[in-house]
Amino acid sequence: MLDVSDLTVRFGTTTAVDGANLGVKDRTIHALMGPSGSGKSTMLRAIAGLEHPASGDIAWDGHSVGDVPTHRRGFGLMFQDYALFPHRTVGGNVAFGLQMQGIGAGTARSRVAEMLDLVGLPGHQDRIIGTLSGGEQQRVALARTLAPDPRLVLLDEPLGALDRSLREHLLIEMRAIFSAVHATVLYVTHDREEAFSIADQVAIIRDGRIVADDTPERLWNQPPDGWTARFIGLENLLAASVLSALELTPPSPQVTTGVVPPESITFTPTGAVTATVAGAHFRGGVYRIELDLGAGGQLVAWAPERLDPKSIVSFDIDAERVSWFDD
Amino acid sequence: MRSNRSLLLIGAIPAVFLGYFFIYPVLTILYTGLVPDGQIATSAFSEALTSSTVRSVAWFTLWQALLSTVLTVAIGLPVAYVFARYRFPGRSLLRSLTLVPFVLPTIVVGVAFLAVLGPGSPLGVNLRGTIWAILIAHVFYNLAIVIRGVGAFWEQVDPHLEDAARTLGAGRFRVFRSVTLPLLRPAILSSAALVFLFSFTSFGVILVLGDLHHTTLEVEIWRQATAFLRLDLAAALAVLQLIGVTALLVLYGKARNRRAAELSLRPSSEVARAPRTTGEWAVVMSTLGMLAIIVITPLAALIGRSLSTPDGVGLSNYAHLFNPPQASAVFVSPTDAIANTMRFAIPAVLIAAGIGLLAATVVVSARGRSGRIFDAVLMLPLGTSAVTIGFGFLVALDRPIDLRASVLLIPIAHSLVAIPFVVRSTVPVMESIQHRLREAAAVLGASPRRAWREVDLPLIARALAVAAMFAFAISVGEFGATSFIARPATATIPVAIFRLLGRPGTFGEAMAMSVILMAIVAVAALGIEAVRGTRSGGV
Repeated sequence: MLDVSDLTVRFGTTTAVDGANLGVKDRTIHALMGPSGSGKSTMLRAIAGLEHPASGDIAWDGHSVGDVPTHRRGFGLMFQDYALFPHRTVGGNVAFGLQMQGIGAGTARSRVAEMLDLVGLPGHQDRIIGTLSGGEQQRVALARTLAPDPRLVLLDEPLGALDRSLREHLLIEMRAIFSAVHATVLYVTHDREEAFSIADQVAIIRDGRIVADDTPERLWNQPPDGWTARFIGLENLLAASVLSALELTPPSPQVTTGVVPPESITFTPTGAVTATVAGAHFRGGVYRIELDLGAGGQLVAWAPERLDPKSIVSFDIDAERVSWFDD
Repeated sequence: MRSNRSLLLIGAIPAVFLGYFFIYPVLTILYTGLVPDGQIATSAFSEALTSSTVRSVAWFTLWQALLSTVLTVAIGLPVAYVFARYRFPGRSLLRSLTLVPFVLPTIVVGVAFLAVLGPGSPLGVNLRGTIWAILIAHVFYNLAIVIRGVGAFWEQVDPHLEDAARTLGAGRFRVFRSVTLPLLRPAILSSAALVFLFSFTSFGVILVLGDLHHTTLEVEIWRQATAFLRLDLAAALAVLQLIGVTALLVLYGKARNRRAAELSLRPSSEVARAPRTTGEWAVVMSTLGMLAIIVITPLAALIGRSLSTPDGVGLSNYAHLFNPPQASAVFVSPTDAIANTMRFAIPAVLIAAGIGLLAATVVVSARGRSGRIFDAVLMLPLGTSAVTIGFGFLVALDRPIDLRASVLLIPIAHSLVAIPFVVRSTVPVMESIQHRLREAAAVLGASPRRAWREVDLPLIARALAVAAMFAFAISVGEFGATSFIARPATATIPVAIFRLLGRPGTFGEAMAMSVILMAIVAVAALGIEAVRGTRSGGV
């Protein structure tokens, strides 16, 4: 497993990664998620050995790899812009890592074919890089990264340059591919949906520090702070005073903020809480309902049917699912 | 980036080579000229600095070089564009033809222009002794540098960048000025610096087409050294010339300090396409028409002269080369001259490519001042008179071992001139290789050295092939230094041409020999074109 401890990377006077800690367990997919400029790509590059840390350590299975040069670390890295070699064919790109290991031409050829089958590009060996579509380039880059069977696969925004429908499709495929080859993966992204749907565990990085590291479910249900809650896309962050008025009591007097997950709201004529419908938007299968609580609070909920704006509705909130923190 | 220690090791080889084979001989010859009896002959210097003749020669040398450079770049850019962006029948043949003028011995270029623009010109003009004849000859001679140097880069610039600018509302001219030109800037600067150096140290062309009012420092050095035997004054002039060249190189180093942007380079097979609209055809045809007039007219005149005999049109000039009508001690058979030329050209290309690549790696990797200084020093041999280099070899290279009789001396002299070409044509491409590709190689298990071999080398192969072709051409056509070092038995084709020109009644034979030289170069250039053609498709 990968163990990053107290990693700090500086560029001149700016600190890109600031004492970050991270562990990636064998055969798991770990997402590293943060906004642009949070240091996530720098951290990934430092793990690959492409940046020199100012302090801290990077270890694999308990042995430090801090002094091991990039080409001997055995970590694969897939770049956001893929960095495919323009002077080599698809097959030549995928075979590159195998050639560096001194694997014979025959073995390499069958491994390349196997990899191209795996990523859904069988028979593309002789294609020229410049003639590939964005999605095809992404698959070639993935095949090239996986071909030498790296002990850790690092992915830098691997779907960042692709359109939405292709992204969702490839995300499912990638997850299947990683589990097929039993890869250990660190996946950098700024996209919550991407991180949540591919990763077993998600670390959140903010200003070079890891501020949360948990399963997607626990991050969603019990965000550690308001910034993280908002960053992962949680809505309905309300002040404790507003929630008290809805008969939702904070667990302790110190907490200031509560999150009411939209799924915890059930519309029922006998509901304990009433509010005015401020807006209703069709979201394919469900309606997103914006509720005006009157006392300066707004809530978002899901409803199976359209609710008329301006109408008064009543609903229940599942108090068990409300999470609290000091913001 | 490479560590400083490995950079020093890589840089040591070209540094030692240049130090022993260039700086040491040149310093020796300057010392010999300026300190004849153990004390500095200041009189030569004050003579050189106060003489109004020298001042006007220096002034003429400078402004004709500037004007020649501007004209060559202005004419070369559209040609480079057409070759980089369009495919049309006869493209590679034409591109190879543009190289021929560059490798012709300068004396032959001068004579060819005399045939077109001199007394008895078929065009009815006599421009001999005017600046125009010199400028046109310099454009003719140097055009290939711009076409090749800029073209090799241009054909790999992603046209999507220009398309993007077009969609942002830029007109065609605006796109060229604000997108294409800045992208090409490093390549244009490199080519322009070379053209300037060649025009600044122009020798043969000036010797034939100029007169006393139109003469360069190089010609003046040669005249002082050989005609008046004033070695001290010649050395003082050589110092003046070196100062001028150094000043230019410093300016050039400052200008190119702004580094080449990282481009996404694409194989040319994707970029070049057949012209589609009438307008595109018009651009291609008019550019090629202009090229034809500039390049083909003098070459045709040269071939015409080689075929004209006292008895009308015939091959007797060629026949006389192989069976001379009168026996002569200085005579070299064409087959011997060709064999000698090849024997020197091949090692010259290998030395220049090897040393040049090492040097280019250092120039690209060593950021800041030391890199710029190294880059500038590499260009110095181009700006040094061939007379000085050749003479310097004979005077200086007897220590620590006597190399003066070595057959390697001629290819080494040639490679000194060719190394700057290798550096100039590979550095812009090296600088624009995305560093991420090297990182990708490293992540896939390639050591820095292996990454260089697998990523850098294949990507610069095209530029290297162009540079090797230039090196070959330089070696085949070099005259100044070779004439000093070559023994009668090791005469090359240009030396043989010069001997024929110097003898009464063998002008036609000299023309015939020049045509043979032209043919050799054209065949070599076509061969490299063919190699490049197959390479760009596959791999």
